[in-house]
Amino acid sequence: MSHAESTAAVRDHQISSLEADNLVIDFSLDNAMFKRKYMRAVNGVSFTIKAGEALAIVGESGSGKSTCARALSRLYEPTDGVLRLNGQNINDKNGCLSREELAKQVQMVFQDPFGSLNPVHTIRHHLYRPIRIHMSHLKGAAVENYMLEMLEKVGLSPALQTADKFPHELSGGQRQRVAIARAVATGAKFILADEPISMLDVSIRLGILNLMMDMKEDGIGFLYITHDIATARYFAERTGVMYVGHMVEWGESDSVTQTPQHPYTQLLISAVPEIGRQRGIVNKDHTKNQIPLWTPASLGCPFALRCPKVKPVCREKMPDVTQVADDHYVRCFAFTK
Amino acid sequence: MNQPVLSIRNLCVDYVTDDGNAHAVNKVDLDIYPGETVGLAGESGCGKSTLAFAITNLHSAPALITGGEILFKGQDVLKMSDEQLRQFRWAKTSMVFQSAMNALNPVIVIGDQLIDVILAHENVSLAQAKQRAEDSLELVGIHTSRMQSYPHQLSGGMRQRVVIAIALVLKPKLIIMDEPTTALDVVVERDIMDQLYELKEKFGFAILFISHDLGLMGQIADRVGIMYAGKMVELGATKDIMAKPQHPYTKGLLRSFPTIFGPKVRLEGIPGNPLNLLQVPDGCYFQERCERCDQTCIDTMPMLLSHSLQDTHQVACHKVSQGERL
Repeated sequence: MSHAESTAAVRDHQISSLEADNLVIDFSLDNAMFKRKYMRAVNGVSFTIKAGEALAIVGESGSGKSTCARALSRLYEPTDGVLRLNGQNINDKNGCLSREELAKQVQMVFQDPFGSLNPVHTIRHHLYRPIRIHMSHLKGAAVENYMLEMLEKVGLSPALQTADKFPHELSGGQRQRVAIARAVATGAKFILADEPISMLDVSIRLGILNLMMDMKEDGIGFLYITHDIATARYFAERTGVMYVGHMVEWGESDSVTQTPQHPYTQLLISAVPEIGRQRGIVNKDHTKNQIPLWTPASLGCPFALRCPKVKPVCREKMPDVTQVADDHYVRCFAFTK
Repeated sequence: MNQPVLSIRNLCVDYVTDDGNAHAVNKVDLDIYPGETVGLAGESGCGKSTLAFAITNLHSAPALITGGEILFKGQDVLKMSDEQLRQFRWAKTSMVFQSAMNALNPVIVIGDQLIDVILAHENVSLAQAKQRAEDSLELVGIHTSRMQSYPHQLSGGMRQRVVIAIALVLKPKLIIMDEPTTALDVVVERDIMDQLYELKEKFGFAILFISHDLGLMGQIADRVGIMYAGKMVELGATKDIMAKPQHPYTKGLLRSFPTIFGPKVRLEGIPGNPLNLLQVPDGCYFQERCERCDQTCIDTMPMLLSHSLQDTHQVACHKVSQGERL
């Protein structure tokens, strides 16, 4: 997410990239005609996803991580900030990037493979639609062959039998593979995967993660949204940690998980149950779990209510970005000079 | 050792379908001793929740308990009359379910839901019940001013705390927790588990803890049972199972979790898909997904047996029986 470097690379057309620059998204809390109240779901978030790499966004429910993904696929309009695909603003209505072109390159995979496939249509139908729309140069038998190729690619063989099945005839893991096949069938360069494995059986989660790892080698970039920081480290090169709409710490995954700097990341990592690790009491004060509702008027660091190292300045403004290691950034006053 | 608070013997639960009966729990034995935490792990559909529901005889069609005994302090739960069951449920054994939102009534304030439980089981005045409800909420760290809150006014973590308060209010000897923290964030999960343990020290109840999260299980359970396709495939002390798993399925399951601090290597997990309970093979149920499968595994079903010096560690695998190191 070193911003200057990535934009330079894109300008030179070396790597394709999907980036968010200072993204802000507000949701209205009521339907009042005047003086409508808003909450700020995402506040000043910047990141870059490069082709062939995965960026994980980790955070608890309500931290705004899914909202970021939805904004990138234009399901939400940003309140402020710019989203760019290969340097082009995706929300610019007079720009040269149409919604269809965006959809061809950026696809989503959702959490629930039981809800994201239409139960009354076969797997073939689910794959034909994106191929007909985004791969319109394919005609006749070529469509069928391409569809079978996609199913083979995600490990659904024999492909011909799978194509004739209905979603209910497949297991959760197989359905999620169909969802991934449907996303890559458009020729997508970026996949926004919103908790793609959290509803699957534990024994098959790794299969899906490994499939996505292999796809990175084909040059596909992933935005991996998760609350499981261990899988973020496993799958993604880079990890960002979000708290109440703010990206509080980000950088190279190993650096973030092994040497967490922000108090929230430290809390998150100490709370993860891991086989063979003893638990120690972290927080005896159970009332200290106040998660604020962020509004456009809110001030300070969102973690100030829970932070053990809170200072008066933390309640007044959001800390600036500090670089703590080669590719590791944090927003916390403990590090600003 | 003292008497178990709960003994499950040879329990079978079937789901009746048009294509035949699916044996969701298949001849399972399990003892739970007072004050102990027993974990049940396995992937979705392995029968762990079905087993939990059977303990309080909560099953209704199409689920059918087809055999076995569930002894609570020597008394068979499956032979109780409706009135005996009503008294047994909650007062002796309570449950905490995965989704607190569905467990609480959305149109009744939480205080009334707590009072309701007390009045249904004990002959106390309304004022006494109210006092006990307030005490119970305070135990789980919720201020008594929340008695008048509706469930939707509380966060997910607080709702789950209310459910735990309701489970504790009659001081049961056994609490069954079916994935109590799966829907919660790790920090909240951690908080609730710490608090539950303080309460357990205080009241000495036993917990049957059902989860697919082996990491959490390893930290809180004294003993762990691993289920696969309705069968108990491995049962033993938590530290033995985590450090020296014997059954190929347990090993695969333990390998399926990426670690935060361990080495970063590509993990393979378990190949194949979970077994369809309507099409079970003759031999070991894990044969299709097992690398070590041979003719014995295809022909005969392995028994749950102990193979080491500590007879507390039991495994159902022919390969372990034959003394092969896996």
